[in-house]
Amino acid sequence: MSVRQRLRIAVLVAAAVAVAAASGSALARKAYDTGATDTEIRIGNIMPYSGPASAYGVIGKTEAAYFRMINDKGGINGRKINFISYDDGYSPPKTVEQARKLVESDEVLLIFNALGTATQTAVQKYLNGRNVPQLFVASGASKWNDPKQFPWTMGWQPSYRIEARIFATYILKTRPDARVALFYANDDFGKDYVNGLKDIFGDRWPKIVAAEESYENSEPSIDSHIVKLKDSGADVLVNISTPKFAAQAIKKAAEIGWKPMHLLTNVSISIGAVMKPAGLEASEGVLSAGYLKDASDPQWADDEGMKAFMAFADKYMPGANISDTHLAYGFAASQTMEQVLRQCGDDLTRANIMKQAARLNDFAPSTLMPGIKINTSAADFAPIEQLRMMQFKNGRWVFFGDTLAAGAID
Amino acid sequence: MMVDASRKAISDAPPSDADAARTMRLGTGTSLVILLLLLVAPLLVKNFIVFQLTTVLIYGIAILALNILTGGSGQFSLGQSAFYALGAYTSAILIEHAGVNYALTLPISGIVCFAAGFLFGLPALRLSGVYLALATFALAVATPQLLKLGALEPWTGGVQGLVVDKPDAPFGLPVSQDAWLYYFTLAIAVAIYIASVNLLSSRSGRAMMAIRDNEIAASAMGINVALYKTLTFGVSAAITGIAGGLGAIAVQFVAPDSFTIQLAIALFLGMVVGGVGWLPGSLVGAAFIVFIPNVAESISKGLSGAVFGVLLLVVIFLVPDGARQVAQACRSVIGRRKG
Repeated sequence: MSVRQRLRIAVLVAAAVAVAAASGSALARKAYDTGATDTEIRIGNIMPYSGPASAYGVIGKTEAAYFRMINDKGGINGRKINFISYDDGYSPPKTVEQARKLVESDEVLLIFNALGTATQTAVQKYLNGRNVPQLFVASGASKWNDPKQFPWTMGWQPSYRIEARIFATYILKTRPDARVALFYANDDFGKDYVNGLKDIFGDRWPKIVAAEESYENSEPSIDSHIVKLKDSGADVLVNISTPKFAAQAIKKAAEIGWKPMHLLTNVSISIGAVMKPAGLEASEGVLSAGYLKDASDPQWADDEGMKAFMAFADKYMPGANISDTHLAYGFAASQTMEQVLRQCGDDLTRANIMKQAARLNDFAPSTLMPGIKINTSAADFAPIEQLRMMQFKNGRWVFFGDTLAAGAID
Repeated sequence: MMVDASRKAISDAPPSDADAARTMRLGTGTSLVILLLLLVAPLLVKNFIVFQLTTVLIYGIAILALNILTGGSGQFSLGQSAFYALGAYTSAILIEHAGVNYALTLPISGIVCFAAGFLFGLPALRLSGVYLALATFALAVATPQLLKLGALEPWTGGVQGLVVDKPDAPFGLPVSQDAWLYYFTLAIAVAIYIASVNLLSSRSGRAMMAIRDNEIAASAMGINVALYKTLTFGVSAAITGIAGGLGAIAVQFVAPDSFTIQLAIALFLGMVVGGVGWLPGSLVGAAFIVFIPNVAESISKGLSGAVFGVLLLVVIFLVPDGARQVAQACRSVIGRRKG
């Protein structure tokens, strides 16, 4: 037998052993549903890249960039991520078309972080009917946490209701004798919030709440509501309004010399769209709550998580505006997705995806506030349930205190 | 710009002579071939594409309704989304709250929208051209907000909208829900198309076109201009409402965000691309507004709107009369071959 022949036999034997080992393990553990193979995981996503809500499109772009980074590092458990993201222009009929395209034509394993309350409601029944995970919906509605009725749907960010509970808890802690004035939008967003406050105030509601005023989005000015709320003698104002009205409310309260403890919804914390138009002086001292780190804030310069985020942004999203919190949002959501897929190992069935998504344990994405951790269970489909209080001081938001939990009340 | 384009198209349209009706439709042979293609299509493609084709048919019906209004009587409307929404909500509310069979909700939607269109047509009489376009535009802008009104919320579901159940095929027919809905929509579309062609070639249709071509001359001939204008508005709104009802059933969901001004503009665009006043073009226009945004998106995600705009400009420059011009060119080529 020549050396060459011997070598050839050795190689053949080695190859046979390797194949046997590989197929043995495949028989033992690997399991796939549509959209997952030995080399690839297909993830679907729907974003309003065009239309009235196109500012959110940045989230989809960040996520695409994130999975590009993952693939450059070798993928997840050896599988590359194929991230397919479509535009629905924030129009529900288009969302239905795009979701069906993703599920039936692109054959994705799951839909991840698709954006919008109305748009995702339009496909919730369809996706649950087909047992396709509708994972980490990008919307603040509390309805995504309903595992009994919709076991294939899960939210991600803290819902309005959770934020309201945290506000209520904070009020009771800092001002036990508070007289609260409530100003809210007369729509789903406002009502979700009021429900959250009711969760905490409970029977004490009539004693605590001095006055309630709701407004319609069609009202040109909300000044009269603020005047009425001041006249109630309340010393705390909970302001649940969208940016335009939030600015008006802050301005009017300052004009009439009312200085209550002012809690503002996280929806309207934009400095450019709310605080500046209302006047930086009038905005001074307003309270709110947040869960994302602001990349343009110097206090995170040495933070390990933010360093990872900045390295990602520099390499994969050059030129992007890093102070846009949608980047930090997309980054953290993608990390959560990555974590779920890592937990799944080689069992990439849709059922296992949901099982692992409901088994997140103290997971802390890089761009979330220190102390905020993602926890889920079979009965708890609300991943982020903590926030940190912040106050508007000298033209920027300053975080203070510990992270606050919503409390398990349902 | 779009208004100017369609105005030009209208003035270029042939006068209302005896041939008018023929220019509004296709020859019998061509019609049958297209119908055959539409009948066979669902057997060859995936369910998701069947759903897209159903959407094309539904938008086709809505564009046809606009074509009757603009191509037939020369009135503009950028407010078709309002009637579409009214039809969609009427059907959705009847199905979900009153338990009415989905097929029966469509005529009701049609009647409700006819009344709404007729009533809106009364004040609109005083307006013409761009002013009418603006008035209807205002209607389209107001619609999503009206749908969110708190007083209507027990029925409309407010911002959250209403989820509608998708109908199964009746009599245990062995077809999927999507295919059944497609054939159901196709049957209604064909019926509406035939009725519209007949309407436009009838005495009323000729009266409408006479108004389009010269209002003063028409009234001198004894045509009741006000009545015919409002009637056309009513008929157009009724057909749009039926399309809206079908849309609600196909999408299984209605919400205020579904019926924004974008929809009204898309329908207007579909009419221009299909050829103003040419009914078969409605189907081509509908295909354009359903598929071209997807093509634009596949070219560039961030600039999908811009790409769509460029594609639209190309169409308007190359074939300003839309699909009608292409069809005429084909016809003359075939005619030359035969000759």
